[in-house]
Amino acid sequence: MTKQHKAVALISGGLDSMLAVRVLQEQGIEVEGINFYTGFCVEGHTHAIRNHDKDKQKRNNALWVAEQLGIKLHIVDVIEEYKDVLLNPKHGYGANMNPCLDCKIFMVGKAVEWVKNHHKDGFDFIVTGEVIGQRPMSQRKHTMPIISEESGADDLLLRPLCAKNLPETKPEREGWVDREQLYDFHGRNRKPQIALAKQFGLHDFASPAGGCCFLTDKSYSDKLVDLWQARNSREYELDDIMLLKVGRHIRPTEEFKLIIARDAGESKFLEGYRKQYTSIHALSHSGPMALVDGELKQDQYPLAAAIVARFGQGRSADEVEIDIATPDQQRQQVKTAPLSAEEVLQEWYV
Amino acid sequence: MSHQQLDARRLLCPMPVIKTQNQVVQMQPGDELEVICTDPGALNDIPAWARINGHSVIQTVQSEDEIRITVRVGA
Repeated sequence: MTKQHKAVALISGGLDSMLAVRVLQEQGIEVEGINFYTGFCVEGHTHAIRNHDKDKQKRNNALWVAEQLGIKLHIVDVIEEYKDVLLNPKHGYGANMNPCLDCKIFMVGKAVEWVKNHHKDGFDFIVTGEVIGQRPMSQRKHTMPIISEESGADDLLLRPLCAKNLPETKPEREGWVDREQLYDFHGRNRKPQIALAKQFGLHDFASPAGGCCFLTDKSYSDKLVDLWQARNSREYELDDIMLLKVGRHIRPTEEFKLIIARDAGESKFLEGYRKQYTSIHALSHSGPMALVDGELKQDQYPLAAAIVARFGQGRSADEVEIDIATPDQQRQQVKTAPLSAEEVLQEWYV
Repeated sequence: MSHQQLDARRLLCPMPVIKTQNQVVQMQPGDELEVICTDPGALNDIPAWARINGHSVIQTVQSEDEIRITVRVGA
């Protein structure tokens, strides 16, 4: 009896990795999925913090994809280890703070490590949904061998969607998979993937390639760099990077930044941080919850209060009463006239 | 058979799923894990995770400020 070969596939939750697995399943390969959580991942739930996204399905795309494919999925917390990838990328950053190539090398490397740690489960090779030319930084013809080599996966890394454009890997050479039934996709055109999805009867999938990471987003990257500059350190914790995904970020002075909720959903989310951050909200009118990141000195209370007042229902009132509470719930009330739209300077917006 | 609890309050998905997964690995088939969380995303994700990995959700209790999901560990 011939051995059934087994692969572990990197599952992002997007279409490409889903198709890569499906292509191998067609050849009788048993696949399990692995998904890495860096803290920068764009989750349905992160969007769902906001009111206007409430109708979006609150699902984790990687879990959903695994269920559609009928495979097990192992989600791995790499938040701590990922810091080194983000802070010291050997191959540099993309258009924003996205270290895409180092990230891919890191994730494939983690899959190699995972396979070694689960050797009793008999995994033979590693699979990704990479397509040559799909991503400007990490998925290019010359980066494919770099990823294979630097991750330690070498010729045990198979990319079923573009394998025909690449040298043969061990799974192909050994006849574990039939190279003829793999694909030669390349470039940013998504039509071949959409057509293949249709052929497999897959209709509902999360789309944008590379859209799964906040670091590719300019506005998010700007906020991250601002945070590092203000703290004079590039250290960060999970809460820091979660809060960059939420609210308006306004830095009126170098010492502190205000994170002001944009709707009730975000206000509720920020309320959960009141024991860690100084919080500000209006008492006399309804308005958003705001957190203070950095040091808010007593003499800056009126400025912070006037800014927060600007974003509540009392924005046109002569006076708004604002409550400022420190993390240990020392509270102080400030009566202030809200700033006008023009007085909240454009350069304060991070 | 043991019944354990996991406090995943204030964690956003997928952290409650990761914590659940990492605790279940240490448990035996038939054991039960009650996960206490606050992210409503867990209502979808923990059952999805359980289904694909051969475990079952035997109870879900939702109150105003928290959700309790009990998972029975599969074989």
